[in-house]
Amino acid sequence: MSFDSAYQSRKFNSVGTRPLRPDGVDKVTGRARYGADFNMPGQLVARVLRSPHAHARIKSIDTTRAASLKGVKAVVTAADLPDLTDGDASLFAILDNCMARTKAMYDGHAVAAVAAIDEKTAKAALKLIAVDYEVLPHVVDVDEATRPEAPVLNETVFTQGVEPAPTTPSNVANRSEFGHGDIAAGFAQADVIVERSYKTEQTHQGYIEPHACVANCSPDGTADLWVCTQGHFVFRQTCSDLLGLEVSKLRVTSSEIGGGFGGKTHVWAEPVALALSRKAGRPVKLVMSRAEVFRASGPTSATSIDVKIGAGKDGTITAASATLRYSNGPYADMWAELGAMTSFACYDLENVKTVGLEVLVNRPKVAAYRAPSAPMAAFAVESAMDELAAKIGMDAVDLRIKNVAKEGSRSSYGPVYGPIGIGPTLEAAKAHPHMSAPLRKNQGRGMACGFWFNFGGQTCTDLNVNADGTVSLAVGTVDVGGSRASLSLIAAEELGIPYEDVKAVVSDTATLGYNDMTDGSRGTFSTSMATISAARNAIEVMRKRAALMWEIPPEDVYWEDGHAHAAGTRHGNRAPLSVKEIAAEAANTGGPVAGHSELVADGAGVSFATHICDIEVDPETGSSRVVRYTVIQDAGKAVHPAYVEGQYQGGAAQGIGWALNEEYIYGEDGRLQNPGFLDYRIPVCSDLPMIDTQILEIPNPNHPYGVRGVGETSIVPPLAAIANAVSKAVGVRMTHIPISPPRILAALSDDKGS
Amino acid sequence: MVDVTLWSGLRPLADHQEVVHVEARTIRELLRKLAERYPGLRDPIRGQVAVAVDGVIFRDDWSQELPEDAEVMLIRRIPGG
Amino acid sequence: MSSIAVSTTINDDDVEFLCQPDETLLDVLRNRLGLMGSKEGCGTGDCGACSTIMDGRVVCSCLVLGAEAQGRKIETIEGMAQGSDLHPLQTKFIEHAALQCGICTPGFLIAAKALLDRNPDPTETEIRFWLAGNLCRCTGYDKIVRAVQDAAAEMRGEPA
Repeated sequence: MSFDSAYQSRKFNSVGTRPLRPDGVDKVTGRARYGADFNMPGQLVARVLRSPHAHARIKSIDTTRAASLKGVKAVVTAADLPDLTDGDASLFAILDNCMARTKAMYDGHAVAAVAAIDEKTAKAALKLIAVDYEVLPHVVDVDEATRPEAPVLNETVFTQGVEPAPTTPSNVANRSEFGHGDIAAGFAQADVIVERSYKTEQTHQGYIEPHACVANCSPDGTADLWVCTQGHFVFRQTCSDLLGLEVSKLRVTSSEIGGGFGGKTHVWAEPVALALSRKAGRPVKLVMSRAEVFRASGPTSATSIDVKIGAGKDGTITAASATLRYSNGPYADMWAELGAMTSFACYDLENVKTVGLEVLVNRPKVAAYRAPSAPMAAFAVESAMDELAAKIGMDAVDLRIKNVAKEGSRSSYGPVYGPIGIGPTLEAAKAHPHMSAPLRKNQGRGMACGFWFNFGGQTCTDLNVNADGTVSLAVGTVDVGGSRASLSLIAAEELGIPYEDVKAVVSDTATLGYNDMTDGSRGTFSTSMATISAARNAIEVMRKRAALMWEIPPEDVYWEDGHAHAAGTRHGNRAPLSVKEIAAEAANTGGPVAGHSELVADGAGVSFATHICDIEVDPETGSSRVVRYTVIQDAGKAVHPAYVEGQYQGGAAQGIGWALNEEYIYGEDGRLQNPGFLDYRIPVCSDLPMIDTQILEIPNPNHPYGVRGVGETSIVPPLAAIANAVSKAVGVRMTHIPISPPRILAALSDDKGS
Repeated sequence: MVDVTLWSGLRPLADHQEVVHVEARTIRELLRKLAERYPGLRDPIRGQVAVAVDGVIFRDDWSQELPEDAEVMLIRRIPGG
Repeated sequence: MSSIAVSTTINDDDVEFLCQPDETLLDVLRNRLGLMGSKEGCGTGDCGACSTIMDGRVVCSCLVLGAEAQGRKIETIEGMAQGSDLHPLQTKFIEHAALQCGICTPGFLIAAKALLDRNPDPTETEIRFWLAGNLCRCTGYDKIVRAVQDAAAEMRGEPA
């Protein structure tokens, strides 16, 4: 049956309320089971040996002493993970990142792993592995890596996207370009131009739960993997591909997940755990330490961005351009390209050009971090916009409104926009009481807008109506922040039954069809669509069952308010049948009642946001305090408003940490100096005020309830909003993220000196 | 008949053209014909491509119909976090 | 290294265990006693996910040796509810959506309980600084603070 995903306006009964989440009690009592909370009988403990060098050729690895240590059951190196990638470059990058094959490419790169009867033995075994490294020169800075004298990470990489094709290898792996119009002509027309360069340092998603899994390979070729992940189906595919397992024979169960934000959409050590288990013939538990998480999972890019914007006296932008250099780690990917796509996405521009350059550096392999690549680009562009507004003498919000993208605008990354919410969020920001609140000494106010795509993808749900009329909803998107509550609301809404009668669970890979990951703000968006479809299918079944029970033709039965009704007058005054009543008779009307849905949720919209913040800076110490913060974002339709607010607040908090304090610090030796929460400083409770949120609802025309994905956008504006606020507070333009106390003091003293 | 705009990374694989004319009524037909005409596009189409039809982005639904004179673009598939 | 025998009280129960001298209380709770509610987020006392109460004080159990539990009174998240009656903090955390992924929640609840046990009417600032040793990456702390305020009011017997 085809499913109509078009938006239909309606009055909601369940959607939009704030009931308690079904997994709440387990999580407040410590009963919920996360990645490290699972054990299998006979399991071994794994530990990974990691390169202490930023760049080194691995000449040899001798594992004999480690393998013969009492209590060690398996030792693996790249030799135990044959290359089955068949020319797929991105899969090969994953393989090499899981276990270095020829070169260690960063401090922390895995080179060997052991499985032993306990952690003590495993750690002792690591010390017995002899690795002969030939240390090579390294480069860790995104700009230094582009210089001709920089050490080349990979002699087979020649910059793609450049004509004519270069003949010398480079650390710039790819050049991409977007835009339309004629920027030279546009800049020539401008009355005012702002041109500036910006830098942002590398940050980590900072989830509190380290990566953890238990892997079990059986001699018959089947395998089980318990793992904290954002995408158990994707992990199943990747692990099968890398280990040569049949997909149907690997059963992946996702534990509850203690944060992901994109960092758990990729495998890091799971294939290694499976390889160890296969070799040892026993289950293997592998938990990364916090230092390993920082050194060897997937932080985001460090960037270096040049922006130029020109406008007329009236504020109309005549041309905008940006060149974005993003670090990728050791393997080429598309991070700068994403930044180039999103840079000017908020604006309706006649002439725009963005160029993205992917830069290889001796740092861990970059992974997605909540609206990947967008926050840095937005920082640069929104900072320049702020300066432009000041130069023209125009209000910062008014400048945005003047140039804002609307339905029908051509986006800077190509397609024309449908209905979007950026205009309304700007208008709401202008009208918000925060904008007119008084500021005190040493305080500055900044605002910025941001945007992120969201997408649909492959989604399945099973909706089973139990004999007592309650509903079991099995979904395949991992619940990272409360989506089981939202999906239960959706099922309740569509079926017309109370929320309390729906129980949502996340299935494993053996018990449900393929589901794409929980990323791209798609969890609630796409699974709600599949849930509505499954519910409608179940309603069809129940309609026919009611017809049987009444012994009337099915065409004469319609569904309304959670009940089957007999249409017309000729069937007498039959009382409507509830789900419960129909379910009670299911055994005699055809068996269990269910609705399924396998669909591709496509045509997802985009979600725009505007943030306002007030920062107070102490000019003597350079320390800054967030005094007030407001998030205004379009959710299309907020299914469970408390969890939508939670996404807004959480994304803002991550952005605040990124803007003010978080960065990867490398030494001259190319080693990460701060792989821990003491010196990698994320926001703590006393750093932040209450974070005010305003949810706008401009329905997404491609979702039955108008839902838009919201999880990521909120991390996009904070870097710029804070940079704009601090710049006002100290009177100096801040161009280097994080805007930590030393940088503020340096900017203040430079300014005094000049 | 639709005019398909290719994102910059694909153009070298399609004889450096930015816009290509293709006779196609669905996304599936469009992608098949593009891959037939330019074999270099086959791999990107398999793993990296999304199709924007009049501004709405489709990643997976290749049965989606292409209205006559629709604005069609091939853009990069975007990862999320 | 040979094991040390430890006798202690955990959530009002008498408990005995053997542990290695260098084993942490967190390791003992999770690996020997099946009490997995306390989480390891960092192993270095920076994140508070392993928070437990020892003789009335909040401690990071990853910084306490298992042997140090000898003769002490330990409270973990598993002991916070009384049977099926949740502690007001637990109830308020759910009501206020003060958790998203929930991994930090046991640590926050323990720390918040320790706060309210000694200061039943804390200001927002006092709450924020008391909880500064517990990291949350999902919520931005807003709803956590509101949940603690609301639980404190209920425990003081104030109307909702």
